[in-house]
Amino acid sequence: MVHQLATAVAQGDGGWIDFNVPLLVDRFWSNTVDGLAYGSVYALVALGYTLVYGVLRLINFAHSEVFVVGAFAAYFTLEGLGFRPGPTPQLSTLSIVANLLLAGAVAMIASGLVAVVLERVAYRPLRRRNAPSLVFLITAIGASFVVQQLFFVTRGANPERAIRILRPRPLFEVFGAKVTNIQIIVLVAAVALWVVADGFVNRTRLGRGIRAVAQDPTTATLMGVNRERVIMLTFLVGGVLAGAAALFYLMQIPQGVVYNGGFLLGIKAFTAAVLGGVGNLRGALLGGLLLGVAENYGQSLLGGAWRDVVAFALLITILMFRPTGILGESLGRARV
Amino acid sequence: MSGARLVRLLATAAAVSLAVAGCGGGGGDAPDGRDTGAAAPNVPAGAADPRGDGKAQCSGVNLAYVGSIAGDNAALGIAILNGAKLAVKQHNDANPNCQVTLKQFDSEGSPDKAPGVVTQVINDPSVLGVIGLPFSGESKAVGATINQAGLVAITPSATNPALARNGWRTFFRGLGNDAVQGPAVARFLTEELKASKVCVLRDDSEYGIGLAETVRGALKDKVVCEDQVKTKQKEFSATIGKVEQARPDAIFYSGYYTEAAPLAQQLRDRGVDAKLVAPDGAKDDEFVKNAGDAAEGAYLTCPCVPADAFTGFFDSYKKEFGVEPATYSAEGYDAATVLLKALDKGLKDRAAVLEFVRGYEGQGLTKKFRWDATGELTETPVWSYRVENGKIVKHKPIGS
Amino acid sequence: MNAHIASRAGVRILARRVGEWWHGLSRFQQWGVLVPLVVLIYLLPVLNPPLLTTEPGTDFPIAMFNAARMALIAIGLNVVVGQAGLLDLGYVGFFAIGAYVAALLTSPDSALGVRYPWLVVVPVAMAVTMLSGVVLGAPTLRLRGDYLAIVTLGFGEIVRLLADNVEPLRGNRGFQQVAGPPGTHADGSPIFTQTGGTPWYWLVVTVIILVLVLVGNLERSRVGRAWVAIREDEDAAEIMGVPTVRFKILAFVMGAGVGGLSGALYAGQIGFVNNQKFDVVTSVLFLAAVVLGGAGNKVGVLLGAFVISYVPDRFQAVAEYKFLIFGLALIVLMVFRPQGLLGARQRLLARGRDAYRRLVGRPEQVVTKGPTPDSGRGVRT
Repeated sequence: MVHQLATAVAQGDGGWIDFNVPLLVDRFWSNTVDGLAYGSVYALVALGYTLVYGVLRLINFAHSEVFVVGAFAAYFTLEGLGFRPGPTPQLSTLSIVANLLLAGAVAMIASGLVAVVLERVAYRPLRRRNAPSLVFLITAIGASFVVQQLFFVTRGANPERAIRILRPRPLFEVFGAKVTNIQIIVLVAAVALWVVADGFVNRTRLGRGIRAVAQDPTTATLMGVNRERVIMLTFLVGGVLAGAAALFYLMQIPQGVVYNGGFLLGIKAFTAAVLGGVGNLRGALLGGLLLGVAENYGQSLLGGAWRDVVAFALLITILMFRPTGILGESLGRARV
Repeated sequence: MSGARLVRLLATAAAVSLAVAGCGGGGGDAPDGRDTGAAAPNVPAGAADPRGDGKAQCSGVNLAYVGSIAGDNAALGIAILNGAKLAVKQHNDANPNCQVTLKQFDSEGSPDKAPGVVTQVINDPSVLGVIGLPFSGESKAVGATINQAGLVAITPSATNPALARNGWRTFFRGLGNDAVQGPAVARFLTEELKASKVCVLRDDSEYGIGLAETVRGALKDKVVCEDQVKTKQKEFSATIGKVEQARPDAIFYSGYYTEAAPLAQQLRDRGVDAKLVAPDGAKDDEFVKNAGDAAEGAYLTCPCVPADAFTGFFDSYKKEFGVEPATYSAEGYDAATVLLKALDKGLKDRAAVLEFVRGYEGQGLTKKFRWDATGELTETPVWSYRVENGKIVKHKPIGS
Repeated sequence: MNAHIASRAGVRILARRVGEWWHGLSRFQQWGVLVPLVVLIYLLPVLNPPLLTTEPGTDFPIAMFNAARMALIAIGLNVVVGQAGLLDLGYVGFFAIGAYVAALLTSPDSALGVRYPWLVVVPVAMAVTMLSGVVLGAPTLRLRGDYLAIVTLGFGEIVRLLADNVEPLRGNRGFQQVAGPPGTHADGSPIFTQTGGTPWYWLVVTVIILVLVLVGNLERSRVGRAWVAIREDEDAAEIMGVPTVRFKILAFVMGAGVGGLSGALYAGQIGFVNNQKFDVVTSVLFLAAVVLGGAGNKVGVLLGAFVISYVPDRFQAVAEYKFLIFGLALIVLMVFRPQGLLGARQRLLARGRDAYRRLVGRPEQVVTKGPTPDSGRGVRT
């Protein structure tokens, strides 16, 4: 069957896999711009995976739900501020900025708190018992189910009706590709948040604690680093970034508030983290942006049906040739 | 994720239709050429009421809902289940001597869970009729088994045309299949909208693929671009890039409202102003609400008759469940009503109920119910609708 | 709190007592206990015990078949994860390949136009999946730990997406009338039907016993020792002369074969295969079965699979809440029993029981300790 599959794919059975090179060339720059903006969401979520992985060597599978919590929090904030589904209202710039900042702040706080609570409930008891790392994976899955199902039971299976307060408008063009106000905001804010996170980890006292634990937990503890506090801090930072990512996601995709909305995005973000080199903050940013762009190129070239195949094929190919990701694992070995 | 007709019963739409009909003097064409409904076929004035005459006598006979209640595909299943629940509740409240229980079985919408629950249903002799199964995949998996048991199953949402071609005597479809709508949509695009360049976009569901095939087959060389999106995808920039390059007059999106809403919004945001047409899978209030103002002016097609008598259903549903009826709620209600009529007749075994349903003829909320030998409805009129001022209003009949 | 700790300690002591007692028995006495137990297991769907039953929600024999199928999958995955310590998140890919091979070779919907009997198809399905195990394993197995996990996850997804997109695999439309095993009752009606869970259950339990014997023998052989060595410390194993890559591929292939077998069984029972049930969630549930039961412990893995498959079926009555219950159950079970319901036994000697008795003069001590699939780089505490 492998052979058959291979021939089927090669022959382009059913006509769904023609290589549409003209489209790829034609849409190259607009795909790049859109991919970067969407990829910055991946990047921010990927940072959470990477931080936790760096410190605990643990794939925090429940991180995608932390993102979902942020999305719901931002949504409810906007709703609480009096916005309703339907046409985008006309607001002053100041009002838009204030409302978005407020929604973002609430999302970041909610996500951060939930991440910390998850750590307490699902991971800390296991660490106390020296559980093997696979077990963390299972509680993470369990926690993921619980958070998801809480939203399912209380909010139903349909997405929340979209609320949007800022309409995208093209600001300028890059090689013929329109760049919208939302895309600029999201990209700039995501990079800024990354700079802050990177600075926090690499330049502050608390960040040094994180790096120390990542490098060598035993020695770090002996040297007086409070390991539990560092872990809590790591989850908090990852959660806050996921909350911000949720806001940026909703600015681009207001229809995305739904109980199972984190799953695919979580896998993609984790893929992004691995692409760049899991445990490496720079890698997460690079991986996220790269994945966003590559998905778009792949879709133009092969057709929309191959969107996810492109992402996973890219992942496998990179790991084949560079098993530790593009930039390598480095939280523990970060420059001191 | 196949299955696909969406008859979301909107009080608003119904109210608008009524208002328009009133203005037009009770019939005829309104000045803007819109058919106003009095001339519509099968106005469900005499729609079957699950309450009946209140004198029904029965005991020990039940119905079952088999479909998704939890899991990823829950939304669609719960809407159907609630519709059916409402019918049974109305029936039981009105008929003290005929108390019917609607037993619920969760198939998770998945072919591998369905056999277990269906076996359970079959082994329960009190169950004389099934509302379900909602999805084509699970229906395919267990159809033969249900047929062997001689148990009537009316699917409120599975639209794969092949389902009726298996020779299952107990399979009934409560809505038109995908092969009915496609040609009508193609005619609507070329004749009504005068489109000579059309982009056909579809999702990856059986419904979306099947319908896109029939539309594409009828449009032939008028199709200038095609692309597929994934279920749950919410970001469409690459697909929109393809559309931008092709510069079509009209875009047909073959899929459900969950993807249609963000797609419509992103298309309009990017300045694509081609006419947008989507099928019954997107004819849902959620589409209009979720697309913001981007849904305005979009056309929706549906093998369902505009309903003027739905307000009662809408209100009771909302009162009962606290939410508005959703996709297929009315189909579930109709399917349950047909089966309740059989029980009210005092029928006591599956064979009798099967015969009753085979010979059934009557108006329901969504359409007239009469089935041919394969279990397809004999009349499945197709209508177009339009989004105006944030509401879905009927446009005109486009085929049958 | 003290009472709580005491009771937990009590459970642990009890578990150890049972273990010691079991290993203290002679082979003959063990059989004496085992045979009635196996008979009981065979009889389960017929007995349909009141508290255990999943009815009226779902048919009990079919629920038992599904649990047994999950158990078979868990045993296959346990070879990869529990024995060799290779974290595989794409195991569903092998399961899917098995199901699709069965569908392609037996369904009238298949473009191949052949309808081979089921008995022919099963070995073919296993062979194809084992081959795909080599294809996936050969290039990826130099990766370790989480990287291997994510690559296998990608592999599983790609298999599913190919089923979505490649025309001959029919995506969502799927294949109907996939064949099952042959055999008819005296009256000519087939034994293996979609509604009759019991024959299927017996078939799978029999297969499980055969696979257990096979895997058990492998485990006690050079191969098994090599796997454990790799699991505990791959570098050390390499230095000591274990050809790690070869044994890792072997583990992958063994696991893949069992996955393919269960895929073919699955396809046969449902009689229908489409692209719906081969996603990451399914893969993760497979893994959950292994870890929950206690990776590396065959009996534990069987138990874990039972819990994973049974809990959602059991709570059909509260369908809306069943996944919530499931999630909570996973957390609670793992928090209180991190090594799994039954932990892995660190018994490497081929004739462990005899050797222990000779050396120490008393039965073997049962150490329950979780395997550490990534010991070199795992959670450091």
